[in-house]
Amino acid sequence: MKKPDIIFQLSMRSVRLNLLRSVLAALGIVIGVVAIASIGMISANMTLSVTEELSATANVLVVKPDSGGGGSFGMPGVGGSSDDEDDYISDDQFDDIRKAAGSSYVYYLYSESDSVETADSSGRTTIYAMDDEAMKEILTLTEGSFPSTTSQVVIGPDLVERYGVEIGSKIAIGDEDDENGQTTVRVTGILEERGMSMDISSDNAIIVTEKFFTGRYGGEDEYAQVNVVVDDIDEIDTVAESIDETLNRKDDEVRVEDSSRMLDTISSTLETITTFALAIAGISLLVAAVSIFNVMMMSVTERIREIGILRSIGTQKGEILRMFVYEAAIIGIVGAGIGAVLSLVIGYVIVFGMVGTTEYFFALDSLANVPEGMIVGALICIISGVYPAWRASKLDPIEALRAE
Amino acid sequence: MSSTTVIALEDVRKIYPLLSGDVHALDGVSLTIEKGEFVAIMGPSGSGKSTLMNQIGCLDVPTSGTVRIEGQDIGTLSDHDLTALRRDSIGYIFQKFNLIPLLTAYENVEYPLVLRYRKYDDSGRVQALLDAVGIDAALAAHRPAELSGGQQQRVAVARALVNEPAILLCDEPTGNLDSKTSTQIMEMLATLNRQGRTVIMVTHDAATAEYADRTILIQDGRIA
Ligand SMILES: Nc1ncnc2c1ncn2[C@@H]1O[C@H](COP(=O)(O)OP(=O)(O)OP(=O)(O)O)[C@@H](O)[C@H]1O
Ligand SMILES: [Mg+2]
Repeated sequence: MKKPDIIFQLSMRSVRLNLLRSVLAALGIVIGVVAIASIGMISANMTLSVTEELSATANVLVVKPDSGGGGSFGMPGVGGSSDDEDDYISDDQFDDIRKAAGSSYVYYLYSESDSVETADSSGRTTIYAMDDEAMKEILTLTEGSFPSTTSQVVIGPDLVERYGVEIGSKIAIGDEDDENGQTTVRVTGILEERGMSMDISSDNAIIVTEKFFTGRYGGEDEYAQVNVVVDDIDEIDTVAESIDETLNRKDDEVRVEDSSRMLDTISSTLETITTFALAIAGISLLVAAVSIFNVMMMSVTERIREIGILRSIGTQKGEILRMFVYEAAIIGIVGAGIGAVLSLVIGYVIVFGMVGTTEYFFALDSLANVPEGMIVGALICIISGVYPAWRASKLDPIEALRAE
Repeated sequence: MSSTTVIALEDVRKIYPLLSGDVHALDGVSLTIEKGEFVAIMGPSGSGKSTLMNQIGCLDVPTSGTVRIEGQDIGTLSDHDLTALRRDSIGYIFQKFNLIPLLTAYENVEYPLVLRYRKYDDSGRVQALLDAVGIDAALAAHRPAELSGGQQQRVAVARALVNEPAILLCDEPTGNLDSKTSTQIMEMLATLNRQGRTVIMVTHDAATAEYADRTILIQDGRIA
């Protein structure tokens, strides 16, 4: 076996001689690496999982009423004189969208938020309605059947747990002292989980029939949004433009959005949070850097005489510098290595806890945070060792030899 | 200056500026030493002997005057070249041994060799040198802290010789050794001198100075 560089051997022995001190200094790097790698992994896993969920609806355009801005001064909800101030999409507009969208599947949604009460629990949820045909086309049931009468509803999977309901359970919608009163409906079906999507957030919503909805809340033919499912995803921009041109020729009547815009918003929010979290994790690395610096200064001070000896028998300044930088590097690389292993374990647990799935944990974008954290940690360690090492190399041999 | 002159000092002064006033550790020293000479330097404590040795050993540069080693003015050399000179041409046996505490006796002797050639020795030369100074392989595996003063001094001698330096500097090589060990070390130096090495030795002991061809007396930083 080839023996390592003699200068490196001296560094190794110095670390081993002061093992406890070195281990304590390395601990700071371990914590720093675990912190930045874990935060990076959480962020990457969230982004990957959101991207994946949204990509399921990447071919959907959402058309919503444009009730503000664009030069119209109408207050949303306060009945205006012209159409462009409405906060709904009218049936005429729906027909226009259908025409503009060509062969795409187009359907409308009614939506309201209302309070609900079950045998065990109560709360507020979103109530959606759409026509019977669209319901069967767009939604998938894991069990039960779609509503056939106004007193029947299907619910999102999250509500099953939250309200402790199942097929056959009764749900009271609305408050008794509400203007619309309270109406009791029966659950006939449970929807498949859709995850995060921009078209309908059905996981924690109640889907009712159109007749029930307009009967209770009024507003017939005044749709909250219109979804356009484009056949060919490459055509999505063309369809969006065509809708925009047809409906917004005079005034901005509607907004047309696709999932990429939602993804952008979510990504940039995630990025902001991640940057902030990384800055905090950076403080732990700064603390680690200070402790490495401190340990290295101690090592240099303790070994002044030894440095004098090494210099007096022909060790170059550069070799002394190298010896101490190696020492910092050994601490840094060992610390970063342990940090990397720990961040795989801790990161896995945290990602599972915070993102809810470890499906993307082994994706490149996620795992890359481990070597990245390692490199940052080891580099910080080495940089912290440079000044003490430089000091050591600058020592005058005679003066150093005189030190006790 | 003859062609066999290895060391030539010309009006060398070393002044340590202190708050209490300048200390003239060397106050105009001129001397030449020929190749193969064995020179003893004597003088009272604080007279400047170690300071003189440090100038010759390229560990220090004089405040004024010139020091030539093998014809080269060391005042004109870079730190890098001075260091290489210490490593390759000068063997320095220090009063306080100055072994590297992290390395074993064997590794201490091997160290200047590895520094110079950037590879480990496989010729058995290191152990041969240690054997010659009476340190067997078992003892050579010990760290300096696990050796007696006499044993450390022998290791220091072996280390000073490993790069076959032209000049051997010994600052009180027998200062804290018993008389039997002192004699052994002095015999060793005399043998090395007979093999052609230039040896310069600081000593307080007149009997030790007997081994030398010539004795230089230093007093208050001057040659008396
Ligand atoms: N770094 C220094 N700073 C200030 N004064 C110094 C320094 N080094 C040596 N001196 C002074 O220079 C003078 C000569 O010192 P040196 O060590 O050469 O004496 P020496 O002859 O070797 O004495 P000894 O026999 O005790 O070893 C002394 O007065 C000493 O105090
Ligand atoms: Mg002295």
